[in-house]
Amino acid sequence: MEVTGDYYLILSAVLFVIGAVGLLLRRNPLVMFMCVELMLNAVNISFVAFGVSLNDVSGQIAVFFVLVVAAVEVVVGLALVVAINRRRPSATADDVSVLRG
Amino acid sequence: MTETIVFLVGAAIILVGAIGVVASRNPVHSALFLIQTLFGVAVLFVLQEAHFLAAVQVVVYAGAIVILFLFVIMLLGVDTADDWSVEPLGGQRPLAIIAGAALLGCGLVLVMVLTDVLSGFVRSTGDRALDNEFTDIERIGRVLFTDYALAFEITAALLTIAVIGAVVLTRNLIKEERLEELEATSLELPAVAPDEISEVH
Repeated sequence: MEVTGDYYLILSAVLFVIGAVGLLLRRNPLVMFMCVELMLNAVNISFVAFGVSLNDVSGQIAVFFVLVVAAVEVVVGLALVVAINRRRPSATADDVSVLRG
Repeated sequence: MTETIVFLVGAAIILVGAIGVVASRNPVHSALFLIQTLFGVAVLFVLQEAHFLAAVQVVVYAGAIVILFLFVIMLLGVDTADDWSVEPLGGQRPLAIIAGAALLGCGLVLVMVLTDVLSGFVRSTGDRALDNEFTDIERIGRVLFTDYALAFEITAALLTIAVIGAVVLTRNLIKEERLEELEATSLELPAVAPDEISEVH
């Protein structure tokens, strides 16, 4: 068995689905953020695999930008989690579905 | 052969970690499984000769993002296990599993289609090509600071906005009446102080 781009893409699809199902199943906002990170990583794997199969470095550049945006998203998201938890401790995603304090 | 073994081991690490993230009841365990997955992805980056990204993956993801997660978990004290016995939305779990299966099916079909499409594309040459004479970091630097210079600058602005946003969201808000009260007391002080001083004399 020789590893081709297809294997990376299949792995990426499976990882993305695990992250998406986790996002739908879990109600703890922190774990939901971790599932979003899983999905971003799945996309990163496929970006690099496409870059290799097209012999182009742009796939790696895309991963670089995804990393930056992921860091930004985590910073703002965790700040929101801290702000919500200060008002109502142990809030799940369902408790803030109205988006009103 | 070696490549195949490394790929299979890396894929196993990634998938076990991902399932661990979703299935752990304790958020701290989820964060530790997330580190495992991120290391597995770094291994696959090395396997595809994206050495710079592998290093950044470990430094930024495992070193900064997961640590931030752990900081918040410890700060909020939510390191207790979730209660899974109640299902707040009726039929949420079966629907989530069905949606996941459908998504996986779509993804696998897409992979097959894309493989055929990709074989029709021309392989890149010149600065962007992966098989030119530059090293990995040199190649990324050349493309990042020429073709993607504007996007790179925008990420700088984005990071600044994120820092300001985090500070604004988490700062301690003093309520307005309390603020007025504070201002009133600070204005009264000079009026009261001279009398007291003269009494002492």
